[in-house]
Amino acid sequence: MLSVVVFLPVAVAAVLVAVPRIGDRHARWLWVATAAVDAALVLWLWVDFDPGPAGFDHQTQLGWIPSVSASYHVGVDGVSLPLLALTVVLFLACAVFQLSSTDRPRTQAALFLFLQTTCLGLFASLDLILFFVFFDLSIVGMYFVIAGWGHGERFRSALMFFLYTFLGSLALLLGFIGLYLAADPHTFDMVELTAQPAGGTIGALALLAVGVGLAVKTPTVPVHTWLPPAHTDAPAAGSAILAGILLKMGTYGFVRIAMPMLPQEWRRYALVVVVVGVVSALYGALVALAQKDFKRMVAYTSVNHMGYVILAVGAAGLGTAGDAAARELAISGAVTQMVSHGLITGSLFLLSGVMYARVGHYRMAEYGGVAGQAPRFSALLAVAAFASLGLPGLAGFIAEFQIFTGSIGTVPVGAAAALPGILITAALFLRALHRVLLGDPHHPDTSFADLRPAETLAVAPLLAATVVIGIAPRFLLEVIEPAARTVVDLVAR
Amino acid sequence: MSAVVWGLLAVPAAGGAVLTGAGLRSARTGSERATAADRLAPVLAVVVAGVTLALAVLAAVRRSSATAPLLAGIPAEFTVDGLGAAMVVMVAAITLAVLLFAGHEFEPRQPRARFCGFILIFATAMLVTVTASNLAVLLMGWEVMGAMSYALIAFHWRGSETVPAAGTAFLTTRAADLGLYLAAGAALAGTGGLGFAALPGAGQPWLALATAGVIAAAVGKSAQFPLSFWLSAAMRGPSGVSALLHSATMVAAGGYLLLRLQPVLVASGFGAPLVAWLGVGTAVLLGAVAVVQPDLKQLLAASTSAQIGFVVLAAGVAAVVGGAAQLVVHAAVKSLLFLAAGAWLVALGTKQLPELHGVARRHPVVGVSFTIGALTLAGAPPLALWATKDLVLAGAKHEAMALYLAGLVAAALSALYAGRALALVWLPAGMRGGEPGRRPAGPAARLPLVLLAAVSLGLAPLALPQAQRLLGAHPEPTPAELAASAGLGLATLAVAWWWAATRPVPAPRSLLHWLYLAAGARLLVVRPGMAVAEGLARFDDRMLSRAVDGAAVGVLALAGQVRDRAETGVDGAVAGVVAAARVLGRLARRPQTGQLHTYYAQTVVALLGVAVTFVLVLLWTR
Repeated sequence: MLSVVVFLPVAVAAVLVAVPRIGDRHARWLWVATAAVDAALVLWLWVDFDPGPAGFDHQTQLGWIPSVSASYHVGVDGVSLPLLALTVVLFLACAVFQLSSTDRPRTQAALFLFLQTTCLGLFASLDLILFFVFFDLSIVGMYFVIAGWGHGERFRSALMFFLYTFLGSLALLLGFIGLYLAADPHTFDMVELTAQPAGGTIGALALLAVGVGLAVKTPTVPVHTWLPPAHTDAPAAGSAILAGILLKMGTYGFVRIAMPMLPQEWRRYALVVVVVGVVSALYGALVALAQKDFKRMVAYTSVNHMGYVILAVGAAGLGTAGDAAARELAISGAVTQMVSHGLITGSLFLLSGVMYARVGHYRMAEYGGVAGQAPRFSALLAVAAFASLGLPGLAGFIAEFQIFTGSIGTVPVGAAAALPGILITAALFLRALHRVLLGDPHHPDTSFADLRPAETLAVAPLLAATVVIGIAPRFLLEVIEPAARTVVDLVAR
Repeated sequence: MSAVVWGLLAVPAAGGAVLTGAGLRSARTGSERATAADRLAPVLAVVVAGVTLALAVLAAVRRSSATAPLLAGIPAEFTVDGLGAAMVVMVAAITLAVLLFAGHEFEPRQPRARFCGFILIFATAMLVTVTASNLAVLLMGWEVMGAMSYALIAFHWRGSETVPAAGTAFLTTRAADLGLYLAAGAALAGTGGLGFAALPGAGQPWLALATAGVIAAAVGKSAQFPLSFWLSAAMRGPSGVSALLHSATMVAAGGYLLLRLQPVLVASGFGAPLVAWLGVGTAVLLGAVAVVQPDLKQLLAASTSAQIGFVVLAAGVAAVVGGAAQLVVHAAVKSLLFLAAGAWLVALGTKQLPELHGVARRHPVVGVSFTIGALTLAGAPPLALWATKDLVLAGAKHEAMALYLAGLVAAALSALYAGRALALVWLPAGMRGGEPGRRPAGPAARLPLVLLAAVSLGLAPLALPQAQRLLGAHPEPTPAELAASAGLGLATLAVAWWWAATRPVPAPRSLLHWLYLAAGARLLVVRPGMAVAEGLARFDDRMLSRAVDGAAVGVLALAGQVRDRAETGVDGAVAGVVAAARVLGRLARRPQTGQLHTYYAQTVVALLGVAVTFVLVLLWTR
């Protein structure tokens, strides 16, 4: 069943590519229908979710490359299931958002469906080689999205994105090979690697390689510079997927691979992780505050938000046996943050796409007074901005409150140092709202048409989900919390 | 009985969400006709607020509580205990008054649905704050309240004034809110949970951290020194009604939190004296600021900071009952004063005190209500603030004489500014400016005024020792203290009246500008912060991404070098091999002459060579 979820989109993509007679209209609707069916299937996975003592459900294992003990092994647990759900929801939103697109819709639909399979496959993988294949294919897919449908210096940005993250993936592969060699018998199977964690020099080297690879993807300071140009020049839906899903591959890798497979080394170097997290959170927020371009600003806030996640996973590696509850809270917050950031930043990027479609640029100083012309757009943008700055009642708060409350006990100085990040984020979003939505229009005669139904239908459900998570998070946390407990136990070995 | 609590929170929340959503339509420019939502909003909102008030009274009487799971080990807990009971009723009542007045202040063509929606969500957040029994839920209500205050200050978002003021208010309070995040983390580390009850038992350093965080948050929210300036900015919000909301309710939240966590302040050792001095310091400094303000709203705002200062002082000297009473009475009185100011603002289009000369004579209902409020604020006996302030001061005297004396100075200052405002609105000097008779307060607007005036008068029995004993106040003020403060209040009122009647107030610029607190924050925090941000952004663009570009260029250059050097080298080597082979080939061709004698000669040479080699090898091996 899980495999159907993963491969359904790429199967439809193949049909779209193979049958050129499918018209644009039908291609768009086929995309929406496929995304909707896939979302329904994940909903079914969620309802049916019943992890055994091992923590995984819906597992499938088939022989693949027996010579290196790599297999097709997929399954879901409380960390990956929310991310699978986020993936299908966000891709569905993008499909709906693109209903009005006229730029090669058939190819675009096929490309996004391909990308959806790579993302779902990555979160479902329980084998390092499988994980790596999906990881690299997602980079390829995103390269074509940016280069094919972007604007501005799209080729340069796409190339930069590709080379930078590809370099990261090579580091990742090196780390995977280290893990393979450290295991006895040699294997790439994640469940087996988790059962017999590696240590020693090879473990430290593997952690370094895996850490660098994931840090590039997350991204953390100082290896984040591919992110702003990629976002600025990517199309709206591409940015939403890039920030919403692809960045999560990095943070997910920390929770799925680095922490459980290298627990001793993780604890030994957790302080480094905390420092990287704190620096990313503050640096990302401050640089975002100075941006004049709306989309670049949102891109830097991603560095800030992912910094909190890194802080939390680092904090979970420190501390004593007595504060396991706090570390569980931190991990649970980190996973919640992945989901909430996906929903919120996805909405922000889709809305920035509306800005570009209407006015043709992202320069905030040249907007102003949009609230008078486009109340629906303004209301959604305001909700998304307040969600992103961590206002209670919205998902971001639930995530960040858990992260900070869980981290302060173990790394008080680090967590306190990162706290001003939420103040700076508030400042920058208020400035952005002021410059774009409120005050007097910069050009009095420009008109800003309000959201079309498809655009509203794409963004509003994402923000509705953040409200639901913000007020009644139990349905999500009941899935995440047991998995967070498992991760904390695994790291404490 | 948890259903009452859930209802108390859900009713205004749902009403607010519905009205805010319905209000979206009218935001578009150029819509001349009032939408149905804007026409009906005040009525609907008043009904919702009425139901909320009924539920609040019910919850207060029954002392209800409710609990639901929220995070791992951190439930959403709500309790309405003694202090909470007073607060929920106060919040619900003031919300109702605000909404009653909103129908008067806004015309049907204005976005009334949005306004009423915001007010109801604000009220929900405030109700969450005062019923929360752990830090997680408290913080949720606390910050949503801040966001709604932003929305209300920036309600008229066109133009350039209100939105920055709203940003100042939100960011200042949020900066202080970071303290609550710290406190939550410290509470979890120190007690294993976030509940208020266990917090005083936390070990060090967590107790100290939690206390400091809570104090910071309360100072910010309650506009205490040195974070008072946001309240001044909040007054730039055009609506008298939203100003009221800030002064009477939101600012009360900080004082409430300190009263609620008074055991923590005591347990921490440093918390109680720090809070006491912060409170009394604010009462004196902002009292002085209030005396010189030429703008009625600014005067009332500064006086709010000063009056909440007494509440904060109460939390520091363990006079919890006195503090709570002060909080509730002040809320009622301050609402009354703000509504009166709002009524004059609507009627005359001005809130400048010099232009309001004699206004009370021409609007007697508003004027008399205002007078009741101002006299209460001045601490005139036998009105309620006289008694509550003395309850607080009795606690202060119990702690330290210096606190008591400073408190008396603050009390005199409140009589001074209240008396000055009173004198200006009653003295018959000629009216200057304003547009008389624009829209006098109708019955609907007068109703909340009269009700609040009645409440202010009705709270006067708090001065009776029996009432104070019933509430459990301790220590009680002695008759001498009561008489002293009464005399002080009346005398200062007289001075204020005489002063206002005879000469203009000398106004030091620092007091006029709220002690330059806003400028200080800008200089010390905002500018350096922006400079660092700009600097880092430049670093990011010019150094970090350049370095990556440089790496790419370097790789390309290396590739060029490889092509130019290594490639030609390898290429040359291959060519050399070819050339050598060709030379060798030519050499090999030379012996092949086709003539037998040369072949024989070659054979002989070769055989000789073989023979010599053979002999040499034999010799060698031997």
